[in-house]
Amino acid sequence: MKVETIVQALGLEVKCCRDQLGKEVTGGYTGDLLSDVMGNSREGYIWITRQVHQNIVAVASLKEHAGIILINSSQPTDDTLEKARTEQIPIMVSDLPAFEISGKVFNLLTSKT
Amino acid sequence: MCETNDNLYQESFTIEGGNFNNAGIVSTSIKSILKKLGIPNDIVRKSAIVSYEAEINVVSYAKQGVVNVTVKPGRVQIEVIDEGPGIPNIELAMQEGYSTADRRIREMGFGAGMGLCNIKNYSDDFHITSEVGKGTHLIMTIQTP
Amino acid sequence: MKLRDVKDILDAEVFIGEDCLDLEVKTAFGADLMSDVLAFAKAGSMLLTGLTNTQVVRTANVLDIAAIILVRGKKPSSDTIELARQLNIPLLSTKYILFETAGRLYEKGIVGCLQKVETNSVRN
Repeated sequence: MKVETIVQALGLEVKCCRDQLGKEVTGGYTGDLLSDVMGNSREGYIWITRQVHQNIVAVASLKEHAGIILINSSQPTDDTLEKARTEQIPIMVSDLPAFEISGKVFNLLTSKT
Repeated sequence: MCETNDNLYQESFTIEGGNFNNAGIVSTSIKSILKKLGIPNDIVRKSAIVSYEAEINVVSYAKQGVVNVTVKPGRVQIEVIDEGPGIPNIELAMQEGYSTADRRIREMGFGAGMGLCNIKNYSDDFHITSEVGKGTHLIMTIQTP
Repeated sequence: MKLRDVKDILDAEVFIGEDCLDLEVKTAFGADLMSDVLAFAKAGSMLLTGLTNTQVVRTANVLDIAAIILVRGKKPSSDTIELARQLNIPLLSTKYILFETAGRLYEKGIVGCLQKVETNSVRN
């Protein structure tokens, strides 16, 4: 499933890298501790977090995530967005809490693959 | 005890700075005491949340602290006075996301720069003063019906 | 849904609360930052987290959380188990990551909870 499909299905607000929404999503990871996400997420995952700091882009880029979804209407900082554009990591925002957005993405991924 | 005494209940607790094993123990006591006094659940919850965040701050940054809990007609007041480094710029410290926390604090799930915001948001009235090199003084008031 | 169903859905291990499995649960909150839990989680929700220290139990107690579910196969420390026992808070552990834990519970009808605190200008 492509990032675009998740964006459409869940009505996510795309903050940057709209041209990268064709990336394939292989799974999801929800977490707010960067070391945990570094250690345990995988390539192609969509990462769900409340962290907005620019370090999230470094983690997503290193782990080759398909994109980042920020929860609870959290807004990325300017330097986060700038870095995301450089690293071509799409950042999306949802007004839902982590549980709900994770639930929805999980069910999208499991129902259509 | 010398002030005009309309206190329904008053108790003080001490918090030991740097003792992460005991962090939260005072708030847990406050919560159970307020419950026993028959204070409504949502007021107890708010009181417990603000005292817990304040307690985490004392444990994280200060040498020691005192918590005074006072129940008066119409309100619960929680005062936290610590001996610690103080806060140089309160306005900055009140900004969500601003934090000076080290790794140990972050590993506990704190230090994301939300503590003072949570305290402010859950208090009906919130006062903070601080002196660098001496300590920080918080007064949180939660109204009861 | 009962906590017993949650245990089955997540194939979870129960550390504390074997006698509380008939507890009714409807909502859940997933987070690794306890201040987020304090800011947003509603009383009576389950707390899903990757943290295992005693502050998770303290936070749950302060908020009247119904049960703690540790994710990613995390085992609680003996201090954490002891505190959960004292404060009488069910403590479970599942091997699923937070993403999948949320997914499996959501699929079965558990909903998220978000209690917005009134924001006094600190949030934009």
